[in-house]
Amino acid sequence: MASDIQTWVRVAAFVGGGIAMGVGAIGAAVGEGYSAACANSAISRNPKSAGEIFKAMLVGQAIAESAAIFALVIAMLLLFSKFPTDSYVMVAVLLSAGICMGLGAIGSGIGSGFPTGAACIGISRQPGIGKRLTTNMLIGSAVCQTPSIFSMVVSFILLFTDFSHQPLLPTFAALVGAGLSAGLGSIGPSLGGGLVAQAGCEGIARQPTRSTALTNIMLLGQAVSQTTAVYGLLISFILLFKGVPDSTALAPAAALLAAGICMGFAAIGPGIGEGYVGQKAVDAMARNEDVTAVITRTMLVGQAVTESTGIYGMVIALVLIFVV
Amino acid sequence: MAIEGADIVKAAAFLGASISMGLGAIGPAVGEGMVAAKTCEAIGKNPREAGLLTRTMLVGQAVTESTGIYSLVIALLLLFVV
Repeated sequence: MASDIQTWVRVAAFVGGGIAMGVGAIGAAVGEGYSAACANSAISRNPKSAGEIFKAMLVGQAIAESAAIFALVIAMLLLFSKFPTDSYVMVAVLLSAGICMGLGAIGSGIGSGFPTGAACIGISRQPGIGKRLTTNMLIGSAVCQTPSIFSMVVSFILLFTDFSHQPLLPTFAALVGAGLSAGLGSIGPSLGGGLVAQAGCEGIARQPTRSTALTNIMLLGQAVSQTTAVYGLLISFILLFKGVPDSTALAPAAALLAAGICMGFAAIGPGIGEGYVGQKAVDAMARNEDVTAVITRTMLVGQAVTESTGIYGMVIALVLIFVV
Repeated sequence: MAIEGADIVKAAAFLGASISMGLGAIGPAVGEGMVAAKTCEAIGKNPREAGLLTRTMLVGQAVTESTGIYSLVIALLLLFVV
């Protein structure tokens, strides 16, 4: 029996490691490719600024790479660590950690590519403010990385907490649900944050004199887009740390897994939608400085309504965890 | 056997509710985001019509929300009624 658990733990570690790196490589690659494509388009517009554009592209690509590095770290941990083999719960831990980090790296990689591309094109239009654009690109990309950091935190908690003394079936479901909630939940918000940061860099290239005001609105729009990633993290923490009563019934375990699935998927749409709103709001403010107050109001109202289905998802997830 | 059957049915109901609300939350959110985005752009072009544009935005977003409400209703039915 002990050798069976050991076999399954190794299976889960390898599958989890594969998923973590395989799925986690998608986003960074797309984002870096988009950055380089925009950089080339920018250099063809303005070959004299090629040096500065190239530098900005490399810096932006490094930020987009970071989520894939997190996934690589988790994959290495899964492949080469010695895990305790006294319970089948370890199988859920390893699979969930891999899925969580893999999914978490998708959105951040793509999202960080958007502001980098916009910064490169902006430098070709306004070579004099290259430094300001690169700074704004870094700020925007950093905010896009936060959901992948949430996923990495959940993966680390999964790997380094001892779950083996908890009842098998409900804990299995809760841990997979936690991984899905944090992992899926970080896709939309980071894509949306990237769209807003792209508009921020474009706006500053269009109106360098108002760069502070535009950066502030960009950060506000990005912050609202990240909220559903926080909901996903919250549901993930609840699933990880709430004690579950021992039972072999399928329904309570299914409820915990279902909560994770629900919050994970429900966080995708609002993140992207609020990103669209922030993107167009920043763009409108860059084109027309008189409308700052009314646009900020409209952006916040529009983002609040867009958030509603994310709230429904969280309510259903909380009902599944605490009520049924 | 009857007890096991009821258990699996309940588990399936929970998973169904989560898929319903989870996937059903994606579309309305993306759609409402597009509405608000274009409204911000439009207000930027024509700030004097901000009131009318915001009203139209809210009505448009309310209609877009409808399928999200259907998903919520089905999810609640699966959780509490069937």
